[in-house]
Amino acid sequence: MVFEYPVQGGDFTNAGTVSSKVKKMMRQLGVDAGVIKRTIVALYEAEVNIVAHAYKGVITVQLDSDKIYIKLDDEGPGIPDINQAMQRGYSTASPEVREMGFGAGMGLPNIKANSDVLEVHSVVGKGTTVEITNNF
Amino acid sequence: MEAQESFHHALKFKYDLCIGCSHCTECCPTAAIHIENGRPVLDDNRCIDCGHCYLACPVHAIYIEQDDFQTIYNYKVPVLLCPSIFGSQFPDKVKEKDIVAAVADLGFRHIYEVEQSVDVIKQLLSKKMQDPDRGMPVISSFCPAIVRLIQVKFPSLVGNLMLTKPPLDLTALYIKKHLVETQGVAPEDIGIFYVAPCAAKIAAVKSPVGDEKSPIDGVINMNYLYNKVLRRIKQGDCPPPPADLRMNILSKDALLWALTDGEISLLKKGRNLAIDDVHNVSTFLEKLENEDIDDIDFLELRACDQSCAGGILCANNRFLIVEKQKYRAEKSPAEVTVKENGLLADADYLDKHSKVGKVEPRSMDKLDNDISVAMRKMEKSISINKHLPQIDCRMCGYQSCKEFSLAVGSEKTDIKRCVFIQRILEQNARLSTEEALQIAYQIWGTDKFNPDNIADLAIE
Repeated sequence: MVFEYPVQGGDFTNAGTVSSKVKKMMRQLGVDAGVIKRTIVALYEAEVNIVAHAYKGVITVQLDSDKIYIKLDDEGPGIPDINQAMQRGYSTASPEVREMGFGAGMGLPNIKANSDVLEVHSVVGKGTTVEITNNF
Repeated sequence: MEAQESFHHALKFKYDLCIGCSHCTECCPTAAIHIENGRPVLDDNRCIDCGHCYLACPVHAIYIEQDDFQTIYNYKVPVLLCPSIFGSQFPDKVKEKDIVAAVADLGFRHIYEVEQSVDVIKQLLSKKMQDPDRGMPVISSFCPAIVRLIQVKFPSLVGNLMLTKPPLDLTALYIKKHLVETQGVAPEDIGIFYVAPCAAKIAAVKSPVGDEKSPIDGVINMNYLYNKVLRRIKQGDCPPPPADLRMNILSKDALLWALTDGEISLLKKGRNLAIDDVHNVSTFLEKLENEDIDDIDFLELRACDQSCAGGILCANNRFLIVEKQKYRAEKSPAEVTVKENGLLADADYLDKHSKVGKVEPRSMDKLDNDISVAMRKMEKSISINKHLPQIDCRMCGYQSCKEFSLAVGSEKTDIKRCVFIQRILEQNARLSTEEALQIAYQIWGTDKFNPDNIADLAIE
């Protein structure tokens, strides 16, 4: 089963709605609560990344009987150095933003910690693709 | 492993009074009720005994089970255990001594208030909040409807529930121990009767979640006892009660415990929130589950607006109960001594017996145990839902188009129950008026479709 959800950059009010829908479906399928939790943490983080950094994006969710595959495609500034962005604590946020408690540099590392397989591709000036796979 | 046996429910339908209006179906926070043959059908695995249906029913066709009052006479020492808000049900001119005298005259040998153990529980709570491994947030397990809501609707949060017995169980444990040890009463002669302000508390007594057996011997609805006591008071001339049949002195904290903010006001540190009303709680937990909210230390969650003062078995208006309760609290001491509250002497004993067994998740959403079957059902439901009108008219007997699509997708019902689908089928003669009528009978029974119902109406 494949589902597609559009995400609008800058719309923090609705960030998390895709996570909610996916969570509900995984529960309907009877997926283990721990796997649901990991998936939702990873997806939520990635969803908020689009809202925070990109102009817009599309989240594609593919549900199978043994795994969930999520692709987050965005049109945005892209990530210049993915390896660096994968380091815990690395952040492009300005000191002002950090003072507000955002931009702690936990985004991608947190997604990685909650995914079985994580792939990140990015083209600077065009956008980023994040692919998360979690097995049931 | 998820618990398999279904919940015990205190809410029951009186089918002879039911008019099949489906208001109960509409208001249920877990979509546990649908209509067949003009009558509500309850999904035992979804119902959390919150009592919203009880309040919504216009003809009082939902009742809350209780034990026969006569059973109190089966015990040599019947004990009344009531929440402290029981006193706040009565008109202002009724005094505590009048209530106590009436309770004695009805046959009770002792009266205790549930919150007597709060002064012990608050120590357990602050100890728990100092534990660095407690997890975040700790969710209070005081309200049994909330515990069940989390089990069925937010299964990933069951691990956050504080596994401490509620005041009711601890006070009951104390009463038994106290009467046996200090007064030499045989344990089997003691009958503890709990006065319940809501259905969820009754259900929790009859089948405790995460616990083997409740120490309560019987349950009386608060509303029922209120009427019985008030009537006795109005009749006048109650003999004075025995000297040892009296209310204990409760602390301020104990008296405020069952009201909204009662638990969190005891926590001096951290971020602690109190949320009442089951719909508000659902919205919040949905957000919490998505990891959208972090850094919360403690959540006090209650299923009723104004917490227990809004319990469906309360006799007085919830806001007046809160006012009265706060007034009593103001006049009460901040701390009570062992002399005033004998239970404090047994604090260590209660501490040792305060743990509840593990609470198991029991997700109501799961469509099938076999994931590929669940997948097929889900796929079908999603496709069905796209063809439904989304106006949630409940003509199909289900709460919403979404719930109906899940029932159709799970092959529990027929898509032809949707009146919009019916009209479409009728347009190209794929459904006859007679067939449509038969479907309507299946859902709503025959009475509502009797032509005699409109015989005296001038319809052009």
